Amino acid sequence: MKTQDFDFLAGLLKERSGLMLTADKVYLLESRLTPLARKRGLDTLDALIQKLRISRDDVLIKDVTEAMTTNESFFFRDNTPFDLFKNHVLPAMEKARGPKRRLRIWCAAASTGQEPYSLAILLRENWAKWQGWNIEIIGTDICTQVLEKAKAGVYSQFEVQRGLPIQMLIKYFTQDGDVWRLNDEIRNMVTYRPFNLLSNFIGMGSFDVIYCRNVLIYFDQATKKDVLERMHGTLAADGTLFLGAAETVLGITDKLRPVRGQRGMYVSSSGNAEELMGLGS
Amino acid sequence: MKLCLVVDDSKVIRKVARRILEELRFDIEEAADGQEALDACDRNMPDVVLLDWNMPVMDGLEFLKAVRAKEGVEQPIVVFCTTENDMSHIRTAIEAGANEYIMKPFDREIIEAKFSQVGLI
Repeated sequence: MKTQDFDFLAGLLKERSGLMLTADKVYLLESRLTPLARKRGLDTLDALIQKLRISRDDVLIKDVTEAMTTNESFFFRDNTPFDLFKNHVLPAMEKARGPKRRLRIWCAAASTGQEPYSLAILLRENWAKWQGWNIEIIGTDICTQVLEKAKAGVYSQFEVQRGLPIQMLIKYFTQDGDVWRLNDEIRNMVTYRPFNLLSNFIGMGSFDVIYCRNVLIYFDQATKKDVLERMHGTLAADGTLFLGAAETVLGITDKLRPVRGQRGMYVSSSGNAEELMGLGS
Repeated sequence: MKLCLVVDDSKVIRKVARRILEELRFDIEEAADGQEALDACDRNMPDVVLLDWNMPVMDGLEFLKAVRAKEGVEQPIVVFCTTENDMSHIRTAIEAGANEYIMKPFDREIIEAKFSQVGLI
């Protein structure tokens, strides 16, 4: 790929999604955009780039952005963020939100739904405890295509075997030919909407728990800071933020701080979340 | 290192499973049917059994019932690995004491995910 073409695509992606594409990711552009070019009746990736340069076709730009920002997702991915949710976040929230009986959870890179549904399943496992509560799990993603799949809650045999314990498959899924359908009791616990993390958070309200995993790695330093600080703004003072294993707030913002010894878990620097959860110092 | 007994009447499947599990740092023993697997357990109890269902001589479910009757529910951990992919087979296996269930075809990621769920990784 020509340098000027790479720079053009990288610039376009940065502007539209915040995605930072470094030169070592040329292969990713080629492997993800070539099929898209073909689908659009264009012979090569070069032809696709030419079309983008000339027409600024908004639908095409959106398709390109979606193709580049889509990530594979597993149920209970990395385990720890879900163990912490079950063993520390939920007990703390049960106490702290007991009077209002309201809990709001945001999965900011929901992709095809495995993360929000994993959280819904954990809540469901102790459902008697949450009777009478108003629990919202909101899944957002920049890519509308993945959200359609998330909403449908239909997964392949491969997908349901990556991270989902067999007991939970038996309990919460129904087999339908070659695919597995998530039961409505779980599916209805999550609402999805398209959302770009670069856009304004006003209207999102306040969240008790935010999962924003494996997104910030694609942003440059200034965008990371901006997104993290705005997320801090929507996070309750005693709320918890989960980032991906390769992400951190350190050196980016001091509004949030890591919970000591708990990888990927962050709280507001001015709040008392650790104390509530019985974690950290 | 933990010991995994790979039970499958297909030599090819045993080889594929062996390669994946050796990469995940397991010692491997192989058996071609349920009876061979029971004998292997008598000689040297594995930490985990990766178990096919349909096999000659003694099938996977019979092996599971026999080993649970003899050794109790704690040991070994049993992970079914079979082309039987309908809910009634899955339920039957879990009720008979299987700890996890893999529907073929499998890949490294599935084995890794399932083994980590039962605390082996």
